[in-house]
Amino acid sequence: MSSVLEVANLRVGFSNGTLAVRGVSLKVERGETHCLVGESGFGKSVSALALMNLLARGATRSADVLRFQDFDLAKMSERHMAQLRGDKLAMIFQEPMTSLNPAYTIGSQMAEVLRRHRKVSRAQALERAAGLLSRVGITAPGMRLAQYPHQLSGGLRQRVMIAMALMCDPELLIADEPTTALDVTVQAQILRLLQTLQRELGLALLLITHDLGIVARMAQRVSVMYAGEVVESATAEALFANPTHPYTRGLLDCIPIPGKSRRDAPLGSIPGVVPRIRPGFTGCGFRDRCAHAMPECAQAVPRQSAGGDHDYLCRLPPGWSRAQAA
Amino acid sequence: MTTAIEVRGLRRLFRGRAGMFGAERVVRAVDGVSFSLPAGDVLGIVGESGCGKSTLGRLIMGLLPASEGDVLVDGRRLATMDRRERARLIQPVFQDPFSSLNPRHRVGEIVGLPLAAQGDVPSAQRRDRVMEMLARVGLAPEMAERLPAQLSGGQRQRVAIARALVLRPRMVLCDEPTSALDVSVQAQILNLLAELRHELGLTYLFISHNLAVVEHIATEVAVMYLGRFVEHAPVDALFHEPRHPYTRALLASVLTPDPGLGIPDVGLGESYPDPANIPTGCRFHPRCPIAVARCSSESPEGRTRDGRLVECLLDGAPAEMALSA
Ligand SMILES: Nc1ncnc2c1ncn2[C@@H]1O[C@H](COP(=O)(O)OP(=O)(O)OP(=O)(O)O)[C@@H](O)[C@H]1O
Ligand SMILES: Nc1ncnc2c1ncn2[C@@H]1O[C@H](COP(=O)(O)OP(=O)(O)OP(=O)(O)O)[C@@H](O)[C@H]1O
Ligand SMILES: [Mg+2]
Ligand SMILES: [Mg+2]
Repeated sequence: MSSVLEVANLRVGFSNGTLAVRGVSLKVERGETHCLVGESGFGKSVSALALMNLLARGATRSADVLRFQDFDLAKMSERHMAQLRGDKLAMIFQEPMTSLNPAYTIGSQMAEVLRRHRKVSRAQALERAAGLLSRVGITAPGMRLAQYPHQLSGGLRQRVMIAMALMCDPELLIADEPTTALDVTVQAQILRLLQTLQRELGLALLLITHDLGIVARMAQRVSVMYAGEVVESATAEALFANPTHPYTRGLLDCIPIPGKSRRDAPLGSIPGVVPRIRPGFTGCGFRDRCAHAMPECAQAVPRQSAGGDHDYLCRLPPGWSRAQAA
Repeated sequence: MTTAIEVRGLRRLFRGRAGMFGAERVVRAVDGVSFSLPAGDVLGIVGESGCGKSTLGRLIMGLLPASEGDVLVDGRRLATMDRRERARLIQPVFQDPFSSLNPRHRVGEIVGLPLAAQGDVPSAQRRDRVMEMLARVGLAPEMAERLPAQLSGGQRQRVAIARALVLRPRMVLCDEPTSALDVSVQAQILNLLAELRHELGLTYLFISHNLAVVEHIATEVAVMYLGRFVEHAPVDALFHEPRHPYTRALLASVLTPDPGLGIPDVGLGESYPDPANIPTGCRFHPRCPIAVARCSSESPEGRTRDGRLVECLLDGAPAEMALSA
């Protein structure tokens, strides 16, 4: 069976010369969660926006493959794209306030999403909205539907965004940091809801998150991004058991765990500053911060296999980190 | 040890309607919060989304008038101070970096605004302090020329932190300051906040959903549920001996990076609390896994044991029969 989403060599540049995405490839299967993690400012959201054709004006996008189901997104007209968006292909944005209109009530915005794509009455649409609000753990949905975005807490807004994205039963949901404003008990409920939709409706989920706890518990597959590239891609088990790119290893070392971290010592972080990636940049984007860098890292980097479908973008041999630990 | 901030019986109501034509409902967003915090300490505030944490923060900042109660900073009522004075004492870093940054201003102007608003810092000195602050939060100098829309989520939050610290305030109210950041940048920002705290003797109120982060940065922790602090304790005590059943549920819901463990269900059920309709007795009892009959009628408000606030009737009591098996 073919994947719900297939992306090969996606590239995005901005008019100021920034190359935000430099050849991202990934696939999301039906009913599966694919997590996208990586350093802040390195093109995760821009990749997602590129898939939705929602990039800022002046940005350029190219790709060898950009396929959703049987649709070639690269060639699709904006009119057709607008029909897909919010329907079969939904997205939860990182900033809830940028996608909620402050001038309209929650109810009218949610109903509008359904009515744009389905022939239903306003009352039916509001009923569906209320039902979804309860499923994301919002009590008194009637009151919430009548409120404006500024009257909701950050976490309520985020849950409204999640419910809104589910209005049309999407086939693919791109969720950009969907639970950052939620406490851990509500977060667990939302993640269980998404898993239920995956089981029952085969929802495919492309989940962008900084939270490696979520990655470990939700993902079948993980892609790690650094400087606009996927530097490592593997199943969740393989990635946590055998992180091979030095950036991935550094990332795993930074996770604070309650009851285990030492308060008097600083938290682990990856030292050094992030390079500015301009056209013509070659070699490994991580080399300035990497403890294992060698002169050859300034040249094109090979993509290597660490076994199975676990691959990474680095010159170090597959078992280097285990050999080092031994 | 001097007290940096004291909060007494703070309350805030919001009026709303159920549905378009429904009856008026009164949301008790903050429902009687009292605490005091020594200078140089960090109070972590955790709790359910929508339980009133940000409202509490806005009351403390003086951005929202209280329905009842008082906030005292350095022994003086915040309500009596003017804006400039308040700005030198306490600065915020908010949850949503996008809506808290003016989209038409460049980063350099945004960070310099609190200095400009004070009216007595010469512009050359302002520029130096802005650039120094940008460097401190890990932003390259050329970022000063960018607009917020040209930054990633994490970069925007660093701008917000730089803006809060540029006046070198006494206190900083952080509302989810690192939730938009990846773990490495989060660690850098937390280390930076810790460093600045020691260097400048800052006091923080630190609202966060990330319990590991709170454990790392806080000296004491308050757990909030439906508008009240239901548990308040020194950080080690709270994490190693949580006493309120809601605190225990929170700790049990943390997702550690262990593939294959799945998403925990801590048995709180899905009957979420309604802030306009606060349960009688203990406000947590309808969802509490250990509630007994008297929890629905007797109030645990203000209950302490060993000098520690735990608003649970069963804290320290011998085991009783649970409400429903
Ligand atoms: N309109 C724009 N013009 C110029 N540069 C931009 C624009 N939008 C984004 N960028 C740049 O593209 C890069 C990637 O940003 P993106 O938002 O994808 O990061 P991210 O990986 O989602 O980070 P975070 O984890 O912090 O959300 C950043 O360096 C950002 O500054
Ligand atoms: N301006 C307002 N008008 C009406 N209700 C409001 C307003 N501001 C907040 N509320 C309500 O007060 C309650 C508490 O909101 P608050 O933003 O303080 O929660 P929070 O604990 O910060 O939640 P989160 O973790 O989701 O950010 C919510 O029910 C919210 O809808
Ligand atoms: Mg992003
Ligand atoms: Mg809040």
